[in-house]
Amino acid sequence: MRGSRLGDRLLHLYTWLIILWLSSPIAVMILFGFNDKRSKSNTTWQGFTLRWYAELFDIPDLTTALVNSLVIALVSTVITVVIGTMLGLALGRHRFRGKGVTNFFVFAAISTPELVMGASLLSLFVSGNVPRAAGTIVISHVLFSLAFVVVTVRARIVTLDPSLEEAARDLGATAWGTFRQVTLPAIMPGVLAGAMLAFALSIDDYVVTSFVNGSTVTFPLWIVGAVKTGIPAQVNVMGTLIFGIGVLIAIGNAVAARRRT
Amino acid sequence: MNPLMRGMTQPRTRRDVFRLAGYSAAGLAVAACGVQGQKAAPPKADAVADYWAKQKKNGKVVFANWPEYMPEDKGPLEKFKQDTGIAYEYKEVIQENAEFFGKADPVLRAGQSLGYDIVVMTNGIQLQHMIELGYVVPLDHAKLPNFQANAGQKYKERSYDPGNKYTVPYTSGVTGIAYNTEFVKDKITSIESLFDPKYKGRVGMMSDAQEIGNFGMIALGIDPEKSSEADWRKAGEKLKAQRDAGIVRKYYDQSYIDAVAKGDVWLTMAWSGDVFQRQLAGEPVEFVVPAEGGTIWTDNMLIPKNAANPVDALMLMDYLYQPAVAAELDEFIQYVTPVAAVRDLLREKAESAKGEDKKALEDMIDSPLMFPTEADYAKLRTYTTLTTQQEQVFNQIFQTITQA
Amino acid sequence: MKRLTPYLLALPSWMWLAIFLVVPMVAMASVSLQTGNAIDGFAMTFSFSNYGDAIGRYSTQLLRSLLYGGLATVAMLVIGYPVAYWIAFKGGRRKAMYLFLLLLPFFVSFVLRTISWNFLLSDNGILLGTLKGWGLLPAEFHVLATTFAVVGGLTYNFLPFMILPIYVSLERVDPRVVEAAQDLYATRAAAFRRVVLPLSLPGVFAGVLMTFVPATADPINAAILGGTSNTMIGNIIQTEYLTNLDYPTASALSFTLMAVLLVGIFIYARALGTENVLEAAAR
Repeated sequence: MRGSRLGDRLLHLYTWLIILWLSSPIAVMILFGFNDKRSKSNTTWQGFTLRWYAELFDIPDLTTALVNSLVIALVSTVITVVIGTMLGLALGRHRFRGKGVTNFFVFAAISTPELVMGASLLSLFVSGNVPRAAGTIVISHVLFSLAFVVVTVRARIVTLDPSLEEAARDLGATAWGTFRQVTLPAIMPGVLAGAMLAFALSIDDYVVTSFVNGSTVTFPLWIVGAVKTGIPAQVNVMGTLIFGIGVLIAIGNAVAARRRT
Repeated sequence: MNPLMRGMTQPRTRRDVFRLAGYSAAGLAVAACGVQGQKAAPPKADAVADYWAKQKKNGKVVFANWPEYMPEDKGPLEKFKQDTGIAYEYKEVIQENAEFFGKADPVLRAGQSLGYDIVVMTNGIQLQHMIELGYVVPLDHAKLPNFQANAGQKYKERSYDPGNKYTVPYTSGVTGIAYNTEFVKDKITSIESLFDPKYKGRVGMMSDAQEIGNFGMIALGIDPEKSSEADWRKAGEKLKAQRDAGIVRKYYDQSYIDAVAKGDVWLTMAWSGDVFQRQLAGEPVEFVVPAEGGTIWTDNMLIPKNAANPVDALMLMDYLYQPAVAAELDEFIQYVTPVAAVRDLLREKAESAKGEDKKALEDMIDSPLMFPTEADYAKLRTYTTLTTQQEQVFNQIFQTITQA
Repeated sequence: MKRLTPYLLALPSWMWLAIFLVVPMVAMASVSLQTGNAIDGFAMTFSFSNYGDAIGRYSTQLLRSLLYGGLATVAMLVIGYPVAYWIAFKGGRRKAMYLFLLLLPFFVSFVLRTISWNFLLSDNGILLGTLKGWGLLPAEFHVLATTFAVVGGLTYNFLPFMILPIYVSLERVDPRVVEAAQDLYATRAAAFRRVVLPLSLPGVFAGVLMTFVPATADPINAAILGGTSNTMIGNIIQTEYLTNLDYPTASALSFTLMAVLLVGIFIYARALGTENVLEAAAR
């Protein structure tokens, strides 16, 4: 782009400032994972230690909770992205009966207070005699993330030019081939963005999960319960690892992108 | 009529708010139950005995508790297993009383089992609902010898469950005043300090209707356990005046402790256990039971309706009342134990311990926050016990203050 | 076959929404018209006055929630748009990395983020305490327990939900189109207003939908960051449901909130120049 290089630089700086702002509480969390605390509370700095890293998995229930959360987040993200992208395509590309109603319920899914959603899902499961466990958590997480994926994917699709797909079909591509080679690559940024939102929504959910979990405990649930007596530093370390792995993935992605070109 | 008996002796026909609605919505309106027909035949007087006579030991027990309420090695439970041969499953599944009740209610209403044999809940509105709705199995005291022998007298006389019919205490804490000694130079002794304009914008109050209501009443010299609606309204006015004068910074949940330790508020309603942890961390907070009185709350063990292994549950409950076991628990939890002998056992342990361990144990023994004095106990009140109608009035009076 | 395509695409989501959203919503609608209490049971009395009573009692909190939700949404749009713009046009090969970094803090539990914010923003903490030490702020100044903190918390917590959809629609815009526009119009601002902004509107709409609605209903930020008169409708619903066990009031409030939000989105869609709200939602 022509013109103000300075403007672009400022925006670049601004973007990093926003990332920094969003991550600032994470810095505190990481710091207190090294706190040599001598009581159950972990809010005053009392010296440096690596003890909590060595004892990371000493609280078996916490470890289980973390694993549960990661698995549930991955599974529900995959399901949500697949069915949400399909619905996003239908809403963004096609005219069909029930479109208005569908839009309404997508809206309703976002606007239902979490607590009400959790409570009514629980009633539904109880009356259907469905045992509450990881499966019901996944079902619920898909439900509240679905609308976010649909809306994000649709925002992408409506900016696309349909003539590209028509051209592909005119050239003899099958419907599936057109989707895989033309549509999917074009909507991929929307799908990825939706997937990230779904993952974030799932792994951080407390309210809905607390109703439909049965006796399966997730990471946020365990932490909220532990607030009563004091959150162990291992929680900070686990948070640090999630964040650290995320940063590594981000860097890896950037490096890989550089290699490809 | 005893709600539990109702629950145990006949199928519940109460119109089930969500379940029925869910059915009809799903077009499955087969469960066309009668509406509110639960007030049927009175229970037999010996229903409790009958119930227990029918139960037998199953060799396993599922214990649902709060996180960080059991040593990580599960020592007390392991010993229980060795001594009795009963296998245990321990689940840290309770985060909040209100949410736990919200989750348990539809399940128990539908006559299903929670899947837990022991549940730990704080005395208060939700526990009371559990009892009123017949969700709690009455205990067979013949099978609780250790409780009889070792529980402190205070823990046997509790207005929310007279005679320990349904519950036995797991651990307790005191609600009093915490203050930050860097900012408050006076020695706080009176509840009036919370209403002192000198501390404008620096006072923390609790958002829980029972907690704040109690303090309002105690400040007016009213015993919450014996209070009437007129007393609540008076307390409400006092608290509203405190709010309107800008004295209160915020109505807190447990986050008050962070606020007072950092000096965001200078003095606040507080729970003893939290303050003790901050003192161990070297933070400048003091705790006091006001001269006018404070409140004591208790986390209680109970057996939920339809539990699969009630006999084993009862055995475990009683087992935890052995002084040595209670001491091991209390050393980890660091709240107030219902077993009086624990202090001596910890003192013995401190004598043979060394270094940091010794210091930690001595801190515990000497702390009135873990072992309140007799004088403290004499000042402590429990929450008001309310009927459903009273509760609606009570909650509204105090919620209009805390949730404006 | 082609006519069936949209139905097949929508089918799995329809089933999900029908079973797990519509059924409970109908149940909730039924509950909102019942009377009674949790101990003696509730009975259907078609008590539409539940709505009037609930709205009458909590109109302050309802209006306040809309105000806070609206303020936070505007803040997110202003803060987030430039970020989305820069990543979409200048992010190059690192686009995915930037987006991921923006979202990463939200993979860690909100409890930890909250504790950290309380640490950072404490009256005498490392930020305010330092500034006060330098004499730049009066000793009485505080951020926590204020309206500003609540709106700021909402802005913080939902920002990625604004940035991502805007990015998704902007990324599609060919930079050459923007260049051409800049040649065509006198200023960058005019080029932006005439070309880039209209192309990004679907993303803006999606972003507003995904932030304004949940932010208005949010109970957490007001509870943690607010003072004595920042209670939002989400907190009231929570108390009515969990503490008072007043399921009809809680349900009536939820529906009211949903209806109000729908109206809000409708007005917004009209302002964007769309005739039909559902059509607008579809764009």
